[in-house]
Amino acid sequence: MADQNIQRLLAQRSFTELGARQRARALLDAGSFRELLDPFARLMSPWLPRQGIVPQADDGVVVAKGLIDGAPAVVIAIEGAFQGGSLGEVGGAKIAGALELAAEDNRNGTPTRAVLLLETGGVRLQEANLGLAAIAEIQAAIVELRQYQPVIGLVAGPVGCFGGMSIAAGLCSYLLVTREARLGLNGPQVIEQEAGIDEYDSRDRPFIWGLTGGEQRHASGLVDGYVSDDVEAIRSELHGLFAKGKPAQERSRRHAWFLQRLRAVDTAVQADAAAVRSAYQGA
Amino acid sequence: METLSFQFPAGQPAKGRALVGCVGSGDLEVLFEPGQAGTLAIEVVTSVNGSAPRWQLLFERMFREQQLPALNIAIHDFGATPGVVRLRLEQGLEELNHG
Repeated sequence: MADQNIQRLLAQRSFTELGARQRARALLDAGSFRELLDPFARLMSPWLPRQGIVPQADDGVVVAKGLIDGAPAVVIAIEGAFQGGSLGEVGGAKIAGALELAAEDNRNGTPTRAVLLLETGGVRLQEANLGLAAIAEIQAAIVELRQYQPVIGLVAGPVGCFGGMSIAAGLCSYLLVTREARLGLNGPQVIEQEAGIDEYDSRDRPFIWGLTGGEQRHASGLVDGYVSDDVEAIRSELHGLFAKGKPAQERSRRHAWFLQRLRAVDTAVQADAAAVRSAYQGA
Repeated sequence: METLSFQFPAGQPAKGRALVGCVGSGDLEVLFEPGQAGTLAIEVVTSVNGSAPRWQLLFERMFREQQLPALNIAIHDFGATPGVVRLRLEQGLEELNHG
């Protein structure tokens, strides 16, 4: 038994430990990876250096074209280690542009599918309004593209997905998470600052993951798949969902049902994981 | 934040390009591209002010041991220690040779 566990662990290839470019490469079919606007294009944030912050050559966003399970695909990966995966003007435009081009490809007869690797705290505060505008464009582009082909979001961790990009995640045809993932509109420290430490202690990791972690979000029906942190497991989950095609109805189209559930929540009582699950499941 | 430039003698232009690292806490990103024959040109953008002498010494020590091909090296540094800088440079040079 112990021997089997060791063999399984040795065979496993962690996905969360990979950087954005390695992640994109790992999900595309072998040998098909082709990066658009790679780091040598030097399309960098013009705003960060003016504020004394060192920029990154790809502005923290990797756009890769290639094949997934033999079909044309674009994988967009955010680098969580650079400025917390925050989205500014350039990185945001790269994502929106890539999704818009994929929609255009679909209209021109190339059924291009998309995967978004979300590792982001949301808008980059140093580029506030431009980042917000870019995120709005990303959201519009997801809604446009998902009419043609599934747009699959994956939150692997460790950063998680917050802010405006959590709304973008909610607009995806399918959303996948790992145990390490967190998904929420506001990050823990923001909520603690607004609600007070008695209500929300951002340093209490079991509490934070209990409410916003991948397992909890899956149990609450807010995401479609809960995958292990393994490259092969994630690839096969993606292949399965793409083979299934578009969902009958996107989660974001079921907003009326969700609003009804949320209206029934008693906010006078401190929420815990079980209460949140039953609120969303209606149990 | 400051921008620093360095030049060292070098051999013939390198054949390819390479990218290593990330502008994350305690790390750096290094881009290697073929340069002008005989010149190794390095541009460093670093979050640590007043670090020019440290970079100079680090490069001198490293290039004393090996003659490099002509390269334009761009570094985006987010507070990497000299040990990390050296590892990233060695990693990039290895990728250039075997990429």
